[in-house]
Amino acid sequence: MSKSIKLKKGYDIKLVGAAQPLAGKAPLSKTVAIKPQEFRHKRFKVVVEPGTEVKAGSPLMFDKDHPELQITSPVSGEVVEVKRGEKRVLQEIVILADADTSYIDFGAARPEQLSAEEVKAKLLASGAWAFIRQRPYNVLANPTETPKSVFISGFDSAPLAPSIDFLVENESDTFQAGIDAIKKLTGVNIHLNVHASDTKSSVLLQTKNVTINKISGPHPAGNVGVQIHHLDPIKKGDRVWHIHPADVVIIGRLFLKGRFDARRRVAITGSEVENPRYFESIIGVQAEALLRGHLKAGKNRIISGNVLTGTNIGEQGYLGFYDHQLTAIPEGDDMEFFGWLLPSYPRPDISKSFLSGWFKNRTYKVNTNTHGEERAFVVSGQYEQVLPMDILPTFLLKSIMYKDIEEMEQLGIYEVAEEDLALCEFVCTSKIPVQKIVREGLDLMYQEEQ
Amino acid sequence: MKFLKDKVYELRPLFNKGGKYEKFHTVFDGFATFLFTPDHVTHDGAHIKAGIDLKRTMFFVILAMVPALLFGMYNVGHQHFISNGEFLGYGDGFLDKLIYGAIKVLPVVVVSYGVGLGIEFFIASKKGHAINEGFLVSGMLIPLIMPPSIPLWMVAVATAFAVVFAKEVFGGTGMNILNVALTARVFLFFAYPTFMSGDTVWIAEKADAYSGATALANSIAGSPGFSATDMILGFIPGSVGETSKIAILIGAAFLILTGIGSWKIMTSVMLGAGIMGLIFNAIGANEFMQVPFYYHFIMGGLLFGAVFMATDPVTAAQTEVGKWWYGLLIGMMAVMIRVFNPAYPEGIMLAILFGNVMAPLIDYFVVQSNIKRRLARA
Repeated sequence: MSKSIKLKKGYDIKLVGAAQPLAGKAPLSKTVAIKPQEFRHKRFKVVVEPGTEVKAGSPLMFDKDHPELQITSPVSGEVVEVKRGEKRVLQEIVILADADTSYIDFGAARPEQLSAEEVKAKLLASGAWAFIRQRPYNVLANPTETPKSVFISGFDSAPLAPSIDFLVENESDTFQAGIDAIKKLTGVNIHLNVHASDTKSSVLLQTKNVTINKISGPHPAGNVGVQIHHLDPIKKGDRVWHIHPADVVIIGRLFLKGRFDARRRVAITGSEVENPRYFESIIGVQAEALLRGHLKAGKNRIISGNVLTGTNIGEQGYLGFYDHQLTAIPEGDDMEFFGWLLPSYPRPDISKSFLSGWFKNRTYKVNTNTHGEERAFVVSGQYEQVLPMDILPTFLLKSIMYKDIEEMEQLGIYEVAEEDLALCEFVCTSKIPVQKIVREGLDLMYQEEQ
Repeated sequence: MKFLKDKVYELRPLFNKGGKYEKFHTVFDGFATFLFTPDHVTHDGAHIKAGIDLKRTMFFVILAMVPALLFGMYNVGHQHFISNGEFLGYGDGFLDKLIYGAIKVLPVVVVSYGVGLGIEFFIASKKGHAINEGFLVSGMLIPLIMPPSIPLWMVAVATAFAVVFAKEVFGGTGMNILNVALTARVFLFFAYPTFMSGDTVWIAEKADAYSGATALANSIAGSPGFSATDMILGFIPGSVGETSKIAILIGAAFLILTGIGSWKIMTSVMLGAGIMGLIFNAIGANEFMQVPFYYHFIMGGLLFGAVFMATDPVTAAQTEVGKWWYGLLIGMMAVMIRVFNPAYPEGIMLAILFGNVMAPLIDYFVVQSNIKRRLARA
């Protein structure tokens, strides 16, 4: 049964630098990289070394606990570096990309003609399995488990987020094939959640084999966590999988063409980007390749993802495996005279103590200043304004801080991921590192379960 | 500004670890961050943060109290002069009244801030954490809830007691259970009752023949003894900040519009007081019970407490549903104490402290109902 959900709580942070719907070919990225740390809690064994020649779809590493689960190369070329950090933690596997990609052939076959086992084997062998993530914990899905449902959010409500309509443009065949594969693999209900008024794409709206739900409301309405909470809430032991629509397309290509074709559209956004737009690009692309000639001068922060949940990667860094957006904003490492009282430039805030609290439709140029120092919890009721879930965020965070597992469970730790409470962190008067606390809680629960 | 900024950058290393004045780091940091929002940038988590911080929040609360403070000063002068039979009109001798009031009230403000911030600075530097802004509000509240004739040394002792025992022993701003300013008041109330109650303390240097009883004390005999206009405008004896309902309502409007103060708590306290007042009107067993319920809103410190003290987010209930129950409880308790116990004519102080103690329990029930509701989902 498809449902219509209207969410009220939340906040749309409107920023300068939204991407125009133009998708040109990106300047060639010489190197691309896979960042093993993005796959949380996985222990990987690397199977390549500098000098190894790879094709798109060649394994780079596999999961020690589930050796069939491999992470593969998105391009063909030569591995140039396996970068390790402190305590030999794997940081990056960098590949020097060929100008023309050659692919490993996994064999084209429509998913409906395959068995669930064959679909699974193909996803695992090609590395496309890594697109499937699991709630709770927001980690890579475990190939030995089946979920109770699958969620695909057909719109992204985060600040400056790319339009999903545009990311899947002209991909109706591959998108449908991807959906069919997931349906075959899991046999469970697939919720495709679209925005009640903004989603126009026929690729999304005419998808078969899914339940299409219409959702409206401010950010974080587009987060799968929020959607799962309202449509199929997670209880202890439950598994729900979720996949990004653009990654469904890559899965679809795997079945239609037999290739791990990890090309995706990437938006370059933010106030420090000249002509913010999209590029036809690929997973793990180097930020510099997309931003060269588009970046304004000054000290900028380059973020893979959006300003609420993304990762600070720097110009030489690489786009994250699950990211479809680069954001460039200025650093805010300057002192502001009486900034707490008389702000010298406008800034977004839900508080009515700023003019911005009164003018909802203004767009802002933001920087990375914290606008104040961290304090203990003082103000109450702020988090509740931006969390459209029946969860008491302050109490959940406190239970994480004093590590009461039972209370964390009762208060809904299984239903949230960092991104769902990112706005709480943004609005917090006391500048509490909310996402970090949520992650600590999730890690603790994950370890408990093992 | 450039000059000041350069100065802060230049001096900062001296106060950092290993610097010459390392011991005074927190003090320097306190002043520097007051002048300049620091150059800190986000590192993990969200890359951007909203503009609001605790300094701004606290400062807005202080701003909201300014009308009550200014009027309070004027009224201290007004009450003094009319008790001596001079300047009987509201506006007569305006400057004399204002100056007299300022001479009485400002020293209390200075002592309250001096003692409180002194202790805060000392503890912050001992514990090595940043100076918290919480006392900025408490330091202004304390003078506003004192009788105008309070000796300064008592203000000092009470402030010190409240900051140390109501706040710092619990871990500082954000960790306290009781409202700090009310703890200062309740300390004096029980330690030096003759300076905090009766009919001589509410008017500074009152002429002996003149009655200095408050509206609440009068009500025990069945009538406030002042016109409603005087009680609303605030030309009545009482604690410095509590008398003018207009000044308090201006503050309340400011807090509600800026979203800094909880309208839920303010509304529910008044609602609770109204309900209890109506119940007593219906019973009517003694003279005070027969005082029309709406007088409770304009007598004594109920409104001041509801707007500025019950809403203290740290000591109030923290769940949105809990805030309603918390406010109702306080409003009902306040009127109950007023009516039942002639020894404590003002009930709002004890009612809020009682509410503070009950707030975690109220939240506990709200949290439990959230857990039950979530478990019951299909």
